[in-house]
Amino acid sequence: MLKINGIRKTFLPNTPNEVRALREVSLHIKEGSFTAVIGTNGSGKSTLLNAVAGTFEPDAGSIHLNNLDITRWPEYRRAHLVGRVFQNPFAGTAPGMTIAENIVISMHRGKSRGLGTAVTRSVRDEIADRVRVLKMGLEDRLDNPIGTLSGGQRQALTLLMATWLRPKLLLLDEHTAALDPKSAAKISELTKDIVDHEKLTALMVTHSMQQAVDLPNRIIMMHRGNIVEDVHGDQKTRVRVPDLMAAFDRIAKRDLFDESVATLLARQYG
Amino acid sequence: MSLIIGAFTMGLILSLLSLGMLISFRMIRFMDITVDGSITLGASLAAVLISAGWNPWVATLAAMGGGFLAGAVTGLLHARFKIPELLSGILVMTALYSVNLRVMGRSNIPLLDVPSVSAAMETFIAFMSGGAEKINTLGWMISSTDLATFLTTLFICILIGTLLFRFLLTHLGTALRAAGDNAQMVLAQGLNNKTMIIFSLALANGLVALSGALLAQYQGFADVQMGIGMMVWGLASIIIGEALVGKAGLGLAITGTILGTILFRLLIAIALRWGLNPNDLKLVTALFVFAALVAPSWIATLKKKISGGSRYAQN
Repeated sequence: MLKINGIRKTFLPNTPNEVRALREVSLHIKEGSFTAVIGTNGSGKSTLLNAVAGTFEPDAGSIHLNNLDITRWPEYRRAHLVGRVFQNPFAGTAPGMTIAENIVISMHRGKSRGLGTAVTRSVRDEIADRVRVLKMGLEDRLDNPIGTLSGGQRQALTLLMATWLRPKLLLLDEHTAALDPKSAAKISELTKDIVDHEKLTALMVTHSMQQAVDLPNRIIMMHRGNIVEDVHGDQKTRVRVPDLMAAFDRIAKRDLFDESVATLLARQYG
Repeated sequence: MSLIIGAFTMGLILSLLSLGMLISFRMIRFMDITVDGSITLGASLAAVLISAGWNPWVATLAAMGGGFLAGAVTGLLHARFKIPELLSGILVMTALYSVNLRVMGRSNIPLLDVPSVSAAMETFIAFMSGGAEKINTLGWMISSTDLATFLTTLFICILIGTLLFRFLLTHLGTALRAAGDNAQMVLAQGLNNKTMIIFSLALANGLVALSGALLAQYQGFADVQMGIGMMVWGLASIIIGEALVGKAGLGLAITGTILGTILFRLLIAIALRWGLNPNDLKLVTALFVFAALVAPSWIATLKKKISGGSRYAQN
């Protein structure tokens, strides 16, 4: 399904601020699986997601999706196969346009756009039916600018838009991190419903350990641009939040050890 | 009376320029200076082609095509070659100065004794009135030529306004508006943002050139200098339009822009009547736009001062 092979990405190469965000990362994701990517700040988890989304081209390695080599595809072209929800709840919708207009744009994701009227009566009814399922009362506000809605409502609509045409892959970039706890829980639940119901393949970056335990059936842990843990199958069903926290601690301790050894060596030979 | 109908006609012609700028400045939020060059391009193409014996309508359409290309070049410079938007516009505008001189072969082409787009309307009015010089229109005596030009321009304006409104509601038009509203969203929905910018600027400058073509036919000449300051005039018109009807809804935005341009031309006609030196016109317009841009924050500060500062601590 999704095959990431040995991708590398260094930001600001050959400068004092050089960041090696991804170092030879390989990851294969099966059709219909839901994978969470967790990791410390700057571990490269968002970079990994952006590499798949096409925000940048990797320095090396390849990305295959649905048996197509999409490594050199521009971002907009990948949208034919990929649905995305962003961390910023305002990033996924056009604020000055109405709910209906925003959704119509997503109903043609990756398709050519002609000179037919965008929001016809039948399309409006179809939109109202799907939006009603969110139980947010938005079906009565289809002609309101989407900028007048709350972050949670906008994120729910973004999720709906990303999955309106069944994507080959759904990318969720910490999509509940910027929401209040109640909205976050609701979006989490909605994500699970949609992914289960549509049997989607999804890749989700998250900061929430609880979310990583609850939603997906596989957890990838990243650290310093590498994948350091891969929890799946039976192991995943048994894993709990404290186990993940323990894994983080192990990584932190190893870092500490690395540094003290480095200082020791420096003192000895420097 | 001819002063008012003149201002109306001029306002209608320039409202096409404002509509073009509504697309570039307001919808895709691109500070497009190409306008100053593309309006002259429209005028010079129309003048040359009509002088060469082309049908005025075909010549006007061709002029529109020229503006379309000019806008596409600006878009290409920005989207493809990553030149900042202001600079892309300046480059194309500067280049167009030479292009316009090339098109016309000299700096000025008079359009006397050649048919214009209002020729058909003139024949029609002459037929209806039995060839009268002046026509009683709603109690005013207006020269039949002025009336014909006014009616033709009104027809073109309503046609273009309606087409633009319909277009912005299509799938392509919706995508265009979204591209200006949230570029990231548009990319995630599989639209090439750059193509949208190029297309929008082409469309905008096509309308601007159409305005130039009609302007040349109305004032009876095309001049290589005629585009200077047009962008600021268009901007002033859009601002007046927004003050008149607000920005809620597409229909209102389009109507407001047309009304704003007409009102602006009326104000200018009145100011000139009262003795404003025509040489000062561009300075006054620039000051007006400046005032319109800073007034909202001034008024807000003033309100605060009058009410004696904020009553509660603010976080």
